[in-house]
Amino acid sequence: MTAIVEFIELGKRFGSVQALQQLTLSVQAGEIIGLLGHNGAGKTTSMKLILGLIRPSEGQIRVMGVAPSLELGREHRRRIGFLPENVRFYEQLSGREVLRYFARLKGAAVSQTGQLLEQVGLAAAADRRVRTYSKGMRQRLGLAQALLGEPRLLMLDEPTAGLDPAATREFYSTLDELRGRGTTVLLSSHVLPGIEGHVDRAAILGGGRLLAFGSLDALRARAALPLTIRVRGQWSSLGWTERIGATGMSVRLINPQHLEFTGPESVKLTALRLLMDVQGLQDVDVFPPSLDALYAHFNRESAGEKVS
Amino acid sequence: MNTILIVAAKEFRDGLRNRWVLAITLVFAFLAVGISYFGAAASGSVGFTSLATTIVSLASLAIFLIPLIALLLSYDTVVGEEEQGTLLLLLTYPLTPAQLLIGKFVGHAAILAVSTLVGFGGAGLLIGILSGEMANAELWHAFGFFILSAILLGWCFIAIAQLISVLVGEKSRAAGLALIAWFWFVLVFDLLLLGILVMGEGRSGGQWLSWLLLLNPTDVFRLANLAGFEAVREYTGLAAIATGPLFRPYALAAILVVWIAVPLSLAVWRFRRKVV
Repeated sequence: MTAIVEFIELGKRFGSVQALQQLTLSVQAGEIIGLLGHNGAGKTTSMKLILGLIRPSEGQIRVMGVAPSLELGREHRRRIGFLPENVRFYEQLSGREVLRYFARLKGAAVSQTGQLLEQVGLAAAADRRVRTYSKGMRQRLGLAQALLGEPRLLMLDEPTAGLDPAATREFYSTLDELRGRGTTVLLSSHVLPGIEGHVDRAAILGGGRLLAFGSLDALRARAALPLTIRVRGQWSSLGWTERIGATGMSVRLINPQHLEFTGPESVKLTALRLLMDVQGLQDVDVFPPSLDALYAHFNRESAGEKVS
Repeated sequence: MNTILIVAAKEFRDGLRNRWVLAITLVFAFLAVGISYFGAAASGSVGFTSLATTIVSLASLAIFLIPLIALLLSYDTVVGEEEQGTLLLLLTYPLTPAQLLIGKFVGHAAILAVSTLVGFGGAGLLIGILSGEMANAELWHAFGFFILSAILLGWCFIAIAQLISVLVGEKSRAAGLALIAWFWFVLVFDLLLLGILVMGEGRSGGQWLSWLLLLNPTDVFRLANLAGFEAVREYTGLAAIATGPLFRPYALAAILVVWIAVPLSLAVWRFRRKVV
């Protein structure tokens, strides 16, 4: 395994604002990494550092073995694709013209543009001026330009912002396709639902620091967050809830027909087995701790550290 | 090199598309033909006057117009892309800041050069035919030089406009600065020189004054065209001021090239510092 991106005790200051501090992480070739965090957590700053748009204040950064800079040779920079947050284009040009211009700049085959427009679902609108595009269409065009020249490293800043649910699904299927090709992807997001199942590892950023980094399962285990089981049914008494409570789960009555149990993941199966025997049970839903909860947990954890 | 041409070609096509090329060409052509036709109106008649008088009047007008057009064309070179939000993305592409800026310069320079050549050149041919001076080689030399120096003057102001566009963070400020630059080079500078001359009552001598004129590209252009050619010289009283080897037309044209290179280099230097 080779590291495509390596941060070593990286820090970045803008004037008196410490945008990133003591950031150490490495991304292996072929991984899909989610950079998660609130606005201002340091996601975009990290991407700009990788692109060489800004230089680190402290520490080191290596991208494909070299320190990134705008003056680096074509060969290095054409292997990187980038979709900025709120991507904008030349309004007076058509989507196809924009993509062709960028293809030429990147030294990618201009013939590739037609197929890319097709892939992102812009084929029908390709010859209309960008001025007439909706936010989602601009975002798709942005994705198309990032994919020009089959980059080895792809950085996508808030790629699903402004996309409708169908387009978001399409985006994630494109992502899975890229995984198949071995492209390394860095994906930032503050919208957590949807990203699960598509990223190999997640880096949770908060206040410019790396709060946690690992696979979602590992992060869940580390956070030991409770899972939630919701049940629905018709029952005469609620005596049976005590048996489930005995496993270590707490009970909450939403209304006489709906109950909610929360507790550690370790007793999930025991609790479910007990539930199956309950007379009058009509439905069961299991909710693992969401990324949102994980995220909130690691933010709390870091806030706690600061206080202590 | 290739990258510079890709950027330049895009800028030039933009210029064709948003009718900059057409508009500038037409303005120059009408100006030249109009001046030639009505140029003699002061002496009581209209009709095409000679190319020599046309050059003199045209040069005086070009000094106002060309800098204005060039500044308008390029004042938002960088700040426009910045405000539009495309600069960030462009810089992540395999092109250096210098290549981007120089590519844009080449594109804008081509827009202005084509418009000037077609606008003034076409009008010049028409005037030459109508005034029956087709055979006068020296006149054509002077007119050719006028077009060349007009293009160089335009390029000076494109370079100055690009420098402005990297110095500021907002398009409106760039527009304001461009206007100030125009005022300074076209109006204020000469007034100041005149003021100094009058206050000194001519005691200080004329030579250092003519050197001061080199600090303003519009004056360099004026000198090159009005004082340069024998055929034109007889119509102006300026010839006596600036004499010496530096004040020959092609030496003055070379000074215009310096006036392109210096602001452009400053702009590249500033742009690289700004983004890296």
